[in-house]
Amino acid sequence: MWCLLATTVPGLAGSGWMPVTTPATLGGPVLNAAPAEAVSVAVLVVVLAWAVARPRGWPEAVAAVPGAVVVVAAGAISGHAALTEARRLGPVIGFLAAVLVLAQMCDDEELFRWCGAWMARLSSGRPRRLLALVFAVAAVTTAVLSLDATVVLLTPVVFATAARVGARPRPHVYACTHLANSASLLLPVSNLTNLLAFAASGLAFPRFAALMVLPWAAAIGTEYVVFGRFFGADLDAGAQALPAAPPPGAPVFVLVVVAGTLAGFAATSAAGVDPAWAAFAGAAVLSGRALAQRRTTPAGLGRAAAVPFLAFVLGLGIVVAAVVGNGLASALGPLLPGGTSLPALLAAAAVAAVLANLINNLPAVLVLLPLAAPSGAGAVLAVLLGVNIGPNLTYAGSLATLLWRRVWHQHGAGPSLGEFTRLGLLTVPAGLILAVLGLWAALHAIGG
Amino acid sequence: MTDSPGTKARPAGPPVIVWVAEGTWQASIDAARQLAPAGAEIVLLHVTPQEVPGAAHGAYAGLLGRGHPERDPGSRVEELATASAAELLNAAARRLARPCTRTQRHGRAEREVTAAAEGAGLLIVARDGDRTRGGPKSLGPASRFVIDHAPCPVLLVWPGPPPAGGLPPAPPRPPRHQPGRR
Repeated sequence: MWCLLATTVPGLAGSGWMPVTTPATLGGPVLNAAPAEAVSVAVLVVVLAWAVARPRGWPEAVAAVPGAVVVVAAGAISGHAALTEARRLGPVIGFLAAVLVLAQMCDDEELFRWCGAWMARLSSGRPRRLLALVFAVAAVTTAVLSLDATVVLLTPVVFATAARVGARPRPHVYACTHLANSASLLLPVSNLTNLLAFAASGLAFPRFAALMVLPWAAAIGTEYVVFGRFFGADLDAGAQALPAAPPPGAPVFVLVVVAGTLAGFAATSAAGVDPAWAAFAGAAVLSGRALAQRRTTPAGLGRAAAVPFLAFVLGLGIVVAAVVGNGLASALGPLLPGGTSLPALLAAAAVAAVLANLINNLPAVLVLLPLAAPSGAGAVLAVLLGVNIGPNLTYAGSLATLLWRRVWHQHGAGPSLGEFTRLGLLTVPAGLILAVLGLWAALHAIGG
Repeated sequence: MTDSPGTKARPAGPPVIVWVAEGTWQASIDAARQLAPAGAEIVLLHVTPQEVPGAAHGAYAGLLGRGHPERDPGSRVEELATASAAELLNAAARRLARPCTRTQRHGRAEREVTAAAEGAGLLIVARDGDRTRGGPKSLGPASRFVIDHAPCPVLLVWPGPPPAGGLPPAPPRPPRHQPGRR
């Protein structure tokens, strides 16, 4: 008899809750391990397949929330353990919602359009200089406003900027898509995977950033060097600008609020308060202003907060907890070495990258965090490097998504996968190794 | 998309295709003005590489759980690409100042250009790659493919003044054959 025992991980005081698997008896009756694992794996497969295929355009939560109910009802996870997982994920989801609203408000205030005009002016018609500016803007946008902001909001702006400068758009658009993953290492808010790892690591916000700044720089530096060579012909082709509209004025209010939110992350951490409040405050200031000026509506704010997505994360989290608790932990456990030696960190990052490429980085991090957390913050961050940098290896972030997309033929003839794959092979292994070296050095310099 | 504003007379002979690519199109247009036979139909061709919106589609697909198709940046990039290609072709037509046909294609640039050149009298391509030296690697993969596979004569033009300095140093002579030594 196995069941999921929710307990605090020793040594991670104040870090929130981590489910760890023990052959415990708490939580009431559950199924035997084999049927429970079969049920929870089947539910997980359905939830993930639905999330990728989205039949009739229905939200992902339509499968994930009932999926969570099914695993509880079937006894694959006890009601107590599911509730504990939901309580653990709740603050993370709230934090995520605040960041999503903050990013959307920034876009509504034309922050990204202003960035585009600024990049066009500073690039002086030189594609290589434009690429450096795109790298800088995409890296900062991803770090501060999350990878969603870079993919959804910044990428079209960067394309338009390249067109305005008269440069070939390919390197710049690729830079956005790659940096949305590889530059999402720096802050807990940069990626949903980071928020989950942040809660699991027990680190304070500034310490998380201090440990991840070297890996972040290493990953971005690797991408930059590879891009300069890989897209040499496009970058050396020059640029011939077309007449453009005058640039918009700087969105000073937004810039001040975003800077204040960043300062708030450090201040709340120093005061022992959840840094999510700083994100809430920043989102509230921008939303309140937009509502007062009638530039958005409460419904618009609801859409920005992506409520169905938040419900999906909650449902997925409970289903994955059931899968991990019923045998996956013991199956994957030997693959994930303990400790924070350099070989252990490299192995943890590699396992995480492979798993992220097979399924997707979100379920991958949910599976691996409970296994890595007992080894300490260093192991958690190594897993994070793998799940964040790894998805650049495959178009669409994972093999599973790619196969489903191919089956569904969502985008006509489909992309040329050769170029994506070659670029991924050149950037991901090198970037991952250098980032792990950076993490290892940071752990030695300032401690985990 | 194809249109042919200002086409008056029946064109004489096979058409001249001008590949209009960002960064180098002005040189191609100038070459067409100087070298295209009088009365020949001139086709201005722009290809939006499918990888560009494809990369954005793929990045959005990787964001598991955010499935709002209307937020897919790839679709927005496709719209922007169509608009900017039309703008570029208009600018090229103004510079050409001759009756011409403007054609937009989407796909793999090298294959689309090669296919469009079927039956053409001349294909004008601007050299890309490092402009500070003559070579090697003076052509990107797409241009290289077009030159290798074009079904018609190709005119390759420099997008600006070629670099000074002449030819690179000659390679060393091969060692003289010495019988008995291996």
